[in-house]
Amino acid sequence: MRKFALIALPYTWLVLLFFVPFLIVLKISLSDLALARPPYAPQLDLSAGWQGIKDFFGGLDFENFIWLTTDDLYWKAYLSSLKIAVISTLLTLMVGYPMAYGMAKAPEEWRPAMMMLVILPFSTSFLIRVYSWMGILSTEGYLNQFLLGLGLISEPLMILNTPVAVYIGIVYTYLPFMILPIYAALDKLDGSLLEAAEDLGCSRFTAFWLVTFPLSRSGMIAGCFLVFIPALGEFVIPSLLGGSETLMIGKVLYEEFFNNRDWPVASAVAVVLLLILIIPIVLFQRNQQKEREAGQ
Amino acid sequence: MEQHVFAPWLNPDEKPLIQFKGVTKRFGDFTAIDNQTLDIYAKEFFALLGPSGCGKTTMMRILAGFEQPTEGQILIGGKDMRAIPPNERPVNMMFQSYALFPHLTVWENIAFGLKREGIPKDQLNARVEEMLRLTRLAKFAKRKPHQISGGQRQRVALARSLAKAPKLLLLDEPLGALDKKLRQETQFELMDIQEKTGTTFVIVTHDQEEAMTVASRVAVMDEGRIIQVATPADIYEAPSSVYVADFIGDVNIIQGTALKAGDGYDIAWAEGRAPLHSKREGDGFSPTNGASVALAIRPEKVSISAEQPSGVTNAVKGRIIDIAYLGNLSTYHVELEGGQMIKAQTANTRRLSRRSYTWEDEVWVSWTDTAAVLLEG
Repeated sequence: MRKFALIALPYTWLVLLFFVPFLIVLKISLSDLALARPPYAPQLDLSAGWQGIKDFFGGLDFENFIWLTTDDLYWKAYLSSLKIAVISTLLTLMVGYPMAYGMAKAPEEWRPAMMMLVILPFSTSFLIRVYSWMGILSTEGYLNQFLLGLGLISEPLMILNTPVAVYIGIVYTYLPFMILPIYAALDKLDGSLLEAAEDLGCSRFTAFWLVTFPLSRSGMIAGCFLVFIPALGEFVIPSLLGGSETLMIGKVLYEEFFNNRDWPVASAVAVVLLLILIIPIVLFQRNQQKEREAGQ
Repeated sequence: MEQHVFAPWLNPDEKPLIQFKGVTKRFGDFTAIDNQTLDIYAKEFFALLGPSGCGKTTMMRILAGFEQPTEGQILIGGKDMRAIPPNERPVNMMFQSYALFPHLTVWENIAFGLKREGIPKDQLNARVEEMLRLTRLAKFAKRKPHQISGGQRQRVALARSLAKAPKLLLLDEPLGALDKKLRQETQFELMDIQEKTGTTFVIVTHDQEEAMTVASRVAVMDEGRIIQVATPADIYEAPSSVYVADFIGDVNIIQGTALKAGDGYDIAWAEGRAPLHSKREGDGFSPTNGASVALAIRPEKVSISAEQPSGVTNAVKGRIIDIAYLGNLSTYHVELEGGQMIKAQTANTRRLSRRSYTWEDEVWVSWTDTAAVLLEG
């Protein structure tokens, strides 16, 4: 009984904050657009009794999902999001790994300060930080002024409103999510393993590839998922930094909801996004599980 | 037929495999090793013994190449090791934590060093199989380190460090993580493997019993200095200082002043008591008359009797304060007149109920004139 009560708490949380909202979105995605408030039909009319429930379920259909397949905007947006998320996750890994490695190798007394520096940007509003990248990346921005001043370029670079700006934005924003799990994995690494590798004939470099790198794999996988999952549905970064030519599903979702006020189609887009995300989430859970087992 | 005794350190023509020449190692202000010189010979099972922080692990890490001596020179096989990194030394190490690679199987762990040498695959396989057989691990070859027991992990670590057939194997507290029974079994296994492979072993330990069991010679260390290097028997029977006598096993120390008498010394140890006589001095120690000395006697060399024994050089009267019963042995704590405590150990060859003395009884403790060692006090 006590065990049940213990499990009930997270499950209640999950049902209230994930499953119920999901059912609402699912229901809207199966509805039709209507000039009403809320802007979709049918509505569940319990006062009509059994007939009301029957009418309600009779009014639900998969029209909106079929619509998503007919207009190529949607699948192009999904693919483009996937591509941007994959590339920016790999970029974040490439930037984050050396930083995590440096932190793990730094003297013990410096590490808390370095950890603080990694987390510190979170204390400012996310939106403001992305805005400030506009100031840095625009044609008259600090980066171009700096490079022009040094004489490295003669024409200002067009970075803002291109996918490059989106990559920069995502790498910058999600870097801590990459660094922290990798750092945790590297920090756990027993230093005598590297000595043993050297003792058995490895150079420092091969010792890194044969011992450090494989043993930090779980940290890398965790970091990649933590970056990939939110990056896939990212809205703020592409809409502020990516301009009109960057197509991402988060932006499409926003436009359907707020510009077209087509809640049913927007909900259908969201449901499909969720289904796409379930795959990496399940893989991520597996990785965590495997690591827990290995750690025992 | 003359029996061959393994004692290369007694042969002046023998070339040592390892030479420490005036080695000092400092970490900041702390001197871990203080100007030490030491020779270790091929095929020896050499033990570095001492309390934690005495510098024994640092000695080993210098040999492995993980630390550089601040001053002095290390030679292995006559070759200066200063500029040679750990991966190029003919030395392998078995780590205290075993340092097995958790992402590799037992087989891959053992093969790890061999793969770095780039030897042909069939030779590599044969060598790994041989190591698995030697350490009785064939059944576990495909397991990961976390899927085997502590004793098995210990054997994997040993197999891995032996796989490359190093000239010298360093063992850092190799049995520290095992429970007592397994430790004793493994000690004999280690000796067996050392003999079979003919590798020189240098073992670091704080467990004197372990050092005594496995080693051909033991170096007792304290505060960065080697206090004595000798065979286990000599370390026990002829310690060179009170520190060594006290560190190895149990010992009675009686302080006094020495006076040359006949073929030995008379030691005045308490006001108004007859002096004790001893014929043995510690290595290189010849006290002048009136010098303060310490007489070291092992408890098992002290006899205890209810009546005054006759024909024994040293016999002192006392009272039994405490008896530690160990089953096969009993240790009697006897307070001599004047307050000096003496431990006497006897084998319990008779049933307990037939013992002729017990707590608070007046007894005589006695020992011969060669039982004790005279040391600098």
